Amino acid sequence: MAETYRQLREYNYGFNILLVLHVLIIAIGLGAAFYMEHNGHVVTGMNNQIVWGLPHVFAVFLIVSASGALNLASASSVFSKLAYKRFARLSAILAIALLIGGLVVLLLDLGRPDRLIVAMTHYNFKSIFAWNIILYTGFITIVGIYLWTMMDKTVTRFNKAAGWGAFIWRIILTTGTGSIFGFLVAREAYDAAIMAPLFISSSFVYGMAFTVWVLITMCQATGHRLLTQGVSEKLRELFIIFIAAMLYFTLVHHLTNLYAAEHIGVERYILWSGSVFTWLFWGGHVFLGTVLPLLILMKSDFGSSRAGLTFSSILMLLGGMAHTYVIIIGGQSYPLSLFPGMGVTSTFQDGVYANYMPTMPELLLGLAGVSMAMFIVGFALKILPFLPAPVTENQ
Amino acid sequence: MISLKQGQIEAGEHKTAPVDEAGRRKFLKGSAAALALAPGMTLFAYGEAITKPAEQAVTTKSRWGLLIDAAKFSDEDVDACVKACQDENGWRDTGKPMTDAQWIRRVNLKNKKTDEQFSLPMMCQHCAEAPCVDVCPTGASFKRKDGIVLVDKHICIGCRYCMMACPYKARSFVHEHIEDQKEHAPRGIGTVESCTMCVHLVDEGKEPACVKAAPEGAMVFGDLNDKTSKLAQLIKSVATQQVRADLNLDPGVRYRNI
Repeated sequence: MAETYRQLREYNYGFNILLVLHVLIIAIGLGAAFYMEHNGHVVTGMNNQIVWGLPHVFAVFLIVSASGALNLASASSVFSKLAYKRFARLSAILAIALLIGGLVVLLLDLGRPDRLIVAMTHYNFKSIFAWNIILYTGFITIVGIYLWTMMDKTVTRFNKAAGWGAFIWRIILTTGTGSIFGFLVAREAYDAAIMAPLFISSSFVYGMAFTVWVLITMCQATGHRLLTQGVSEKLRELFIIFIAAMLYFTLVHHLTNLYAAEHIGVERYILWSGSVFTWLFWGGHVFLGTVLPLLILMKSDFGSSRAGLTFSSILMLLGGMAHTYVIIIGGQSYPLSLFPGMGVTSTFQDGVYANYMPTMPELLLGLAGVSMAMFIVGFALKILPFLPAPVTENQ
Repeated sequence: MISLKQGQIEAGEHKTAPVDEAGRRKFLKGSAAALALAPGMTLFAYGEAITKPAEQAVTTKSRWGLLIDAAKFSDEDVDACVKACQDENGWRDTGKPMTDAQWIRRVNLKNKKTDEQFSLPMMCQHCAEAPCVDVCPTGASFKRKDGIVLVDKHICIGCRYCMMACPYKARSFVHEHIEDQKEHAPRGIGTVESCTMCVHLVDEGKEPACVKAAPEGAMVFGDLNDKTSKLAQLIKSVATQQVRADLNLDPGVRYRNI
């Protein structure tokens, strides 16, 4: 019987260079975090109006993607789609890696990252944020167990149960992440239960885009063919369904807001004020992140080709970053409505759209999170058989 | 039992209200007791003295609150309250308006329909159902039993989720190192802070600094739970407003004439 998985044992110059590059980016990102920690957040673009900046955009994007990266593993274990079984290990380790990458950024952007032990020992169980800390650590543990059941023949019989556990946990996790925003009753851009399904549908898109991106990078790095035409075709179809679902929830979110007079202001600001968020929403999220990939993927020949899948995955990731940026920064930029019907001004930027310009340390910290995730995956591929074995032309 | 009819007491005007005989006796007794004390000590309470010994734990017996009458404030009056808070608690304008802390601020309002303009002080509203307390992952944001919402600087990790959750934009993040702190109002880089209702003064039976600096009757401090307190009587007798009342947070700070 041919091997299903393999470990990257052989020396691979291009792959090693990639790993070194990621280590460098991580080191620079850690330096940036130290600089922010040493001087305070005054050296960032964040302020008392935009309290969550670019690092949060990266962190939330990575955490949402982590849940979606588990798609192929879930499809194999939970929905018995055996065609994806070869990718289950990679899918699971990528999910863990993306989550760790996101958490590192989140942690290093805290005002007091040195108080990690406080965050781990003091829980306010009414806080969805505290619940998320439990959900994140639980996710890493459960997916870790799931991986174990995939890789150790003595515990294979628990694979289905672990797969179900991980699947349910990931849905709860992304519900929790979406609810961080959904529970913010005071802010007009959030305060909506639909944030949770919107985040879940987005996670399917971004997570799978990351998976395909890693797979295709590994095809390039190893010179092997890892995807059969049949699987490529299935991935193309899945992408179309997931993008359509994300577009649907985005549409419902904005349409329901437009119906309520109290939310029209924020919708106008995001959708057609001409602000940076308008451009990022329509140009980034809608056009680059959904319409263009859909057009590529709908064309079946090109859509399922390596180039088509690569290009559409990159577009989905860029669109995803734009979408997350609009949600997090755009939502804060719109002023709080304390006195409806009144014109409001103050020395604390009441009644005005808050400005935010990310600084280099924030960008470097965010990129370090992505590199952290990619390095973990790359390193894992070198030490254990996570990678699917190459396929031949007739498979 | 003191009964008041709507509109019979105006904030700060110290009018005597029609009361029943038993209530009148209690009212006069309480007033006399309050007047006999040193200035600044429990002047805001008509009933029994509210000063508690330092070693005694805070209880739910009292719920501290404020009534702010926007009609009695000029811009300069609000600025005087802001200055008093700065002097008392040690935060200041360092010329960085985007990142400087502001525990209390002047909000200028203009009625879009009538063009009427006025200003009022805005700070932490010390909500009974405080969203900042709900969302804080470590419990650093907490509400004392007497309703004062505070931040425990020792366990605040600086996640800023409370700032996202506060409907009043009442919280500030300390963006850089701080020097010359007040002993009674410790502050720290990387943590979140807001109005403490001058808890150190309240615990000594005094009024918050902003109340002292405000024009006569423009800010009334007191115990919302004590039906005989001037604050409770005012809230019972005049039309007051809660900012973002739709959120049902039961703020301890109420306004009138907005």
